[in-house]
Amino acid sequence: MSTHTLSVLVENKPGVLARVAGLFSRRGFNIESLAVGPTEHADVSRMTIVVAVDELPLEQVTKQLNKLVNVIKIVELDPAVSVQRELLLVKVRADATVRTQVLETVQLFRAKVVDVSPEALTVEATGTADKLEALLRMLEPYGVREMVQSGMVAVGRGPRSITAGPPLRN
Amino acid sequence: MTGAQSLVRSLESVGVEVVFGIPGGTILPAYDPLLDSTKVRHVLVRHEQGAGHAATGYAQATGRVGVCMATSGPGATNLVTPLADANMDSVPVVAITGQQSRALIGTDAFQEADICGITLPITKHNFLVTDPAEIPKTIAEAFHLAATGRPGPVLVDIPKDVLQETTSFSWPPELRLPGYRPTTRPHGKQVREAAKLIAGARRPVFYVGGGVLKAEASAELRALAELTGIPVVTTLMARGAFPDSHRQHLGMPGMHGSVAAVAAMQKADLLVALGARFDDRVTGQLSSFAPDARIVHADIDPAEISKNRRADVPIVGDCKEIITELTAAVRTEHGGGDDGGRTDLTAWWQQLDGLRETFPLGYEWPSDGALSPQYVIERIGAIAGPEAVYTAGVGQHQMWAAQFISYENPCTWINSGGLGTMGFAVPAAMGAKFGQPDKVVWAIDGDGCFQMTNQELATCAIEGAPIKVAVINNGNLGMVRQWQNLFYSERYSQTDLGTHKHRIPDFTLLAEALGCAGLRCESKEDVDTVIQRAMEINDRPVVIDFVVGKDAQVWPMVAAGTGNDEIMAARGIRPLFDED
Repeated sequence: MSTHTLSVLVENKPGVLARVAGLFSRRGFNIESLAVGPTEHADVSRMTIVVAVDELPLEQVTKQLNKLVNVIKIVELDPAVSVQRELLLVKVRADATVRTQVLETVQLFRAKVVDVSPEALTVEATGTADKLEALLRMLEPYGVREMVQSGMVAVGRGPRSITAGPPLRN
Repeated sequence: MTGAQSLVRSLESVGVEVVFGIPGGTILPAYDPLLDSTKVRHVLVRHEQGAGHAATGYAQATGRVGVCMATSGPGATNLVTPLADANMDSVPVVAITGQQSRALIGTDAFQEADICGITLPITKHNFLVTDPAEIPKTIAEAFHLAATGRPGPVLVDIPKDVLQETTSFSWPPELRLPGYRPTTRPHGKQVREAAKLIAGARRPVFYVGGGVLKAEASAELRALAELTGIPVVTTLMARGAFPDSHRQHLGMPGMHGSVAAVAAMQKADLLVALGARFDDRVTGQLSSFAPDARIVHADIDPAEISKNRRADVPIVGDCKEIITELTAAVRTEHGGGDDGGRTDLTAWWQQLDGLRETFPLGYEWPSDGALSPQYVIERIGAIAGPEAVYTAGVGQHQMWAAQFISYENPCTWINSGGLGTMGFAVPAAMGAKFGQPDKVVWAIDGDGCFQMTNQELATCAIEGAPIKVAVINNGNLGMVRQWQNLFYSERYSQTDLGTHKHRIPDFTLLAEALGCAGLRCESKEDVDTVIQRAMEINDRPVVIDFVVGKDAQVWPMVAAGTGNDEIMAARGIRPLFDED
C-alpha cells in the first residue's frame, strides 16, 4: 500500500465532513490524516485527506467521493510537486539541567518555543511528517508530557491553482 | 404564504401527481394546504414502509419520480428500508419528512430522529431545510438529483417551524449544485473502441442491466442487438428490457439464471455490459467469472466501472446515447451495411442453442401431488399477458416470477433486486397501479412476504387500487428452507410459518377483512379458472391463496461463493463443470 494525498474541495455546508468521513469508513478505507479549513472562496472548504491504499482502490474511493453531491473537485497531490505540512505542539520536560540541550534541538529543527515554565517547554514545529517524527525522536529522551499534531495540509507547487476555474467561479 | 404552502406549491410545480404518506405531529402543517391541492393527490397508507415502496413501484412503472411523506421520528425511520431499497436499485424517489422545530433539534425532543444522519449512506443525497425561503429550491434540487444521472432516493427533512413560518414563493428556482455534473454524453473514442471489439469478437454477449430501463433504451438495444446478431442476457433488474420471445434472448444470468445465459457469459470472449454493475449475484465467485472475456462497461455512474471487474473499455454516459452511438459505430465497422460486414457468429450460436435445448428452464411436479408453484406463476403470466405489470416480493416466488413469466415490454417487472426486501410486492403493486391505472397489476408474493406488508391492501381497497395478489403459499420461508435443504442437512430451523399446518392466517378471510376479494386454489385443475375469476374482479383488490407444495426448489442454481462454471441445472447436474 502507498500513501496518497487528496485535496478535496467541498461546499461549505453543515454535515459535509460527516458525509466524507462516513464514506471512507463505509467503503472500508482508513483515513491516516484529515484537515479541514476555509479557502479563498467563502462557500468552499478544503479537505486534505491522506489515505494508505493501492492504486485501484484509490480510484474507487475517488470516484465514490466524487459522487457526493457536496464534493466539488478532487485533486491528488504528488509529494514531489507539492508542499506538505503538519503542525506539532509538544510539551517537553526541560528543567534547568537539560534546558540548553532541548533548546539546541529546537533550533536545529527550526522550531520555536511558545510557552515556558520552570519544568517544561512547549515547542511549536511545522514540517513534513518525516521532519516532525525526527524532532519527536530527539525530544523523547527528555520526556514528552503531552503532544498534539494537526492533519496534513498541502498545496501544489507553481502558479496554478486548483480552486480557479469552473465550477468554482460562479 | 407559509413554508407548508410553499412546499405544496413546489410539489405541484415540479409535476407531482401522487404522494404516498401518513401525517403526524411535525409534518402536520404540510398536510393542511395539501387538503386544498387539486393537482397533488395524497394516498393515505397504513405504514410508512408501504409509502416508500409504493413510491418505488410508482417510479418503476412510470419512469417518473415517486414521492412519499412521513412525520419525524418513527415515521421517518419507517422509511429507512424503502429508501435503502430504492438506493440499491437506483430508483428515483423523493421522501419528505417532518422534523422537530429548529430550536428543539439535538435535544432528544419528542419524535426527534436525525433522519439525515440515519439515511446518509442509503440516499443519493439528503437535505435539512433550515430556512423556509429555501423550500422551492430544495424541492427542485431534490427532484433533479433523484431523476438525473444515476437515479436514486433523495430525502428532504423540514422542521415544523420552517413549515409554519411566513415566506415567499417563486418558481422556477435557480438550482445550485456545483458538485453535481453527471456525464450523459459518451466519449466518442471509447465508443469506437467498443465497436471495434464488438466487430472482432467471436463469442460476444450483451450483458444488460437495469440502467437500460432507466435510460428508456429498449428500442435502441433491440436495434443494436439485431444489427450485430449478438446474444443478450437480461439481469433481474432488466427483465423486460429485451423481449423474452426474441430469438437472441438467452434469459437471466446469475445465481438462478438460465444455463444458456450463465454459460454464454462464462465462455464469452467479449462482454458488453450496458447499465449493469457486475453484482455478486450475477458474477458468482468473481475470480472465475467470464475468465476469457474482455469487458466493455457502459454505465452512467463512473464509480461502477472497474469496481468489481476491470473494464477494458470503459464508457461513461446515458445508456440511450451510448447504445445509439455504439450502433452507428458498429455500422461503420461493418462497412456501412446493415449486416453485410458483421462477424459470423454461427459457431457461437450453435454452442448456445445446444445448451438452450439441452437445459431449458423447467420444473418437476412435486412428488407428493401438491400444486406446483412454478406452474401457478407460469399460468398467471400466460393469462394476464405481457401488457400486465408484475411485482414480486423476495425469495423463491420472486425467482420463479423472473423465470416463468414472459416479459416483452419495459417496466412490466418490478422487484427488489439489490436489497432483497421481503414485503415489497403489495405496496409496490399499489404504487404501480396508481402510476398505470389502466394496466392490470399483479403482485406475485410469498406467504412470508405477504405477512409483512399486507396491511396496504386496506389502502388499495379504500383508495381505489384494484391490484391482484397471488400468494404463493408454501407454508414456509421457502428460499431459506431451500438453503437449509441444500446446505444445512435438511435441518429446518424456524422456516415453517404454519400457514399450511394451522392455516393461520387464513388468507382468504384476511383478504375479505381488508376489503378485498379472497379466493383459494389448491389443485392444478382450478388454477386457470381462479386466475380468470381474479381477472374479472376490478372493483376491489383480489387475493388468491395458492396453496402449493413446500418442497419445490429454484433451479438452476449457482451456490453462494462458488464459480458460475459450477452452475447446477438441477440438483447434482453441473452441465458446464462436468463437461471439462
